[in-house]
Amino acid sequence: MSDTHAHSVAFVRTTMLPEQPPPASEAGVVKWVRENLFKGWFNSILTILSIYFIYVIVSGAWPWFANGIWNTSSLAECRDMLDGMTGACFSVLTERWNQLLFGFTYPTEAYWRPTLAFFLLIVAIAPVLYPKAPRQLLVFTAIYPFLAFWLIWGGTLLTPLMVMVGLIAGYFAFKQFERQSFAMGMLAGLVATVVVIWAGGIIPASMPDVMALHAIPSRDLGGFMLNMILGTVCVSLSLPLGIMLALGRQSSMPIIKWICVIFIEFIRGVPLITLLFVANVVLAYFFPPGSNIDLVLRVIIMITMFSAAYIAEVIRGGLAALPRGQYEAADSLGLDYAQSMRLIILPQALKISIPGIVNVAVGLFKDTTLVSVISMFDLVGMIRGPILASTEWNGVYWELWGFAVFVFFIVCFSISKYSQWLERQLATDHR
Amino acid sequence: MAETANAPMAVSDEVAIQIQKMNKWYGTFHVLRDIDLTVYRGERIVIAGPSGSGKSTLIRCINALEEHQKGSITVDGTLLSSDIKNIDTIRSEVGMVFQHFNLFPHLTILENCTLAPIWVRKIPKREAEQTAMHFLEKVKIPEQANKYPGQLSGGQQQRVAIARSLCMRPRIMLFDEPTSALDPEMIKEVLDTMVELAEEGMTMLCVTHEMGFARQVANRVIFMDAGQIVEQNEPEGFFNNPKNERTKLFLSQILGH
Ligand SMILES: Nc1ncnc2c1ncn2[C@@H]1O[C@H](COP(=O)(O)OP(=O)(O)OP(=O)(O)O)[C@@H](O)[C@H]1O
Ligand SMILES: [Mg+2]
Repeated sequence: MSDTHAHSVAFVRTTMLPEQPPPASEAGVVKWVRENLFKGWFNSILTILSIYFIYVIVSGAWPWFANGIWNTSSLAECRDMLDGMTGACFSVLTERWNQLLFGFTYPTEAYWRPTLAFFLLIVAIAPVLYPKAPRQLLVFTAIYPFLAFWLIWGGTLLTPLMVMVGLIAGYFAFKQFERQSFAMGMLAGLVATVVVIWAGGIIPASMPDVMALHAIPSRDLGGFMLNMILGTVCVSLSLPLGIMLALGRQSSMPIIKWICVIFIEFIRGVPLITLLFVANVVLAYFFPPGSNIDLVLRVIIMITMFSAAYIAEVIRGGLAALPRGQYEAADSLGLDYAQSMRLIILPQALKISIPGIVNVAVGLFKDTTLVSVISMFDLVGMIRGPILASTEWNGVYWELWGFAVFVFFIVCFSISKYSQWLERQLATDHR
Repeated sequence: MAETANAPMAVSDEVAIQIQKMNKWYGTFHVLRDIDLTVYRGERIVIAGPSGSGKSTLIRCINALEEHQKGSITVDGTLLSSDIKNIDTIRSEVGMVFQHFNLFPHLTILENCTLAPIWVRKIPKREAEQTAMHFLEKVKIPEQANKYPGQLSGGQQQRVAIARSLCMRPRIMLFDEPTSALDPEMIKEVLDTMVELAEEGMTMLCVTHEMGFARQVANRVIFMDAGQIVEQNEPEGFFNNPKNERTKLFLSQILGH
């Protein structure tokens, strides 16, 4: 039976076509190779050239890896063993791994503490990163910062507990006064937090031995651990600060708006390294005399402010990309400012901003190595200073820097892969 | 439904919205001029007028999406002032449906409908979901509840937007050209929903160019031009016997073809 009456212009369909599966496309490795690598002569030449270059690089580097020596205690010994052959002295990594990871003054018997903190970090960020992780874990996420502080710095558990109590008090004060106005709530929360922490500070001070771990001063932190601490703390602080700055910049209250604009523009106009020098020497003047603010804390403040300004600008882009109708719909339903931001505007604006935020976060993580110029011994500082300057290992550049590159690459690549995954997860607008 | 046409159903003499000598400027541009309008409970008003005449601005002033500079607006006995509490109260009593739906794309249809009841009215989630399903059934798309707005057709989205407003149990509904972003075959499904709403006695203010809808359900048609109310009348008189020259011109243009 034919579908159409042939030879006439008028067309009437008499039978409807049944749904059919799409034609099975020819699959297989051969087809992929042919279509992607050898499509046309130009493509084929490029492919062959590329393969040749890869071959040259790999065949040059391979003996270096394969002959690598893992168990000597100095460069001279390693050179002896190699006896003129090309080969890497990876033994610098096996011999100095503890310095690379923890710095050279962190007590050896306390290595388990930051290590434990690192593994607990994975548990703590799971519910934040994976929406499907059990929600109860968020309680642990909230406790984690205090626990990690206690583990890494030691001292009595009462100190972080006091800070936690202060923040909880601040939260309740905020809830209490939020009904009057959001700004009142913020102010009350801040006052309550400061008062409780300040007044309650007597308790840990008077009982320094309750549940105490051996205290380790900040200047003893180092190695990749320091990069991890700075990276995680600064990213997690600069995101909320950046959101507040971005919202503040849009505020209809001129004072708030101008404070945010000036802050953002100032910070963006200054190189991070100068801010770090400021943290190192000048910042102490801004704190009350006599208060001895820890160098790591000062650096954290500076890096956080720096990346918060960038994150604020990224989020501002996200906010600007939302149609006005979203604000109006939220308003017309009677949602107040905080609700419409939290439930409607920010979820969408942040989703748009993910690539930009991740960009800043990755940049921030790499920039933590800049602290090596203000004589802190992070991974780069360790390599540049104590290790390369030692008589045993003076001259092993490739292995050490290769290690640093490898470690940073692993972390940053994972972050970027994660963000791509997250974007796919959040894609609900079927455009 | 011809028998319902122009039948003044359930119009009480209780005042729902009272606008007195209201003026609004955008910068120096005088958009609304001396607007006086009293809307009674249960009344259905259609606002028509050429583009740029200030129709949208007028109804957006009623729930304070735009602020006015002179005169007064009283909604349900609450005077609209710059007090945030007042504004939020009025907004939760007044539902609004937009030309471009403005659904929240990151939330499912059900979540779109339950969000405001849960957060503004503090209704328990389960109860809010039941209410939402009730209104989604009413607009005839309960089966879409767990989809995202982007997966629905325009007409369906607009019906969700209506359901979302209804979930707040508003006493007044504002519509700003609810059908003008829709393809012709979808206009009817949205208009049907609105007719049904009108028949239940909802107080409605509707900016629309659907004159058939106006004839069928409106108690009153208001014609605006250049920021003023130029003429208002019952639909019968408005369409058959317009008095003002501008109205005549407008009607001849809009009904002329
Ligand atoms: N935010 C604004 N700033 C300045 N002028 C505006 C703004 N919004 C609207 N206007 C102007 O106010 C006038 C009235 O606009 P309004 O949107 O109320 O018209 P309308 O009657 O709804 O028209 P339409 O049928 O095209 O929707 C128009 O001339 C418009 O250009
Ligand atoms: Mg309009």
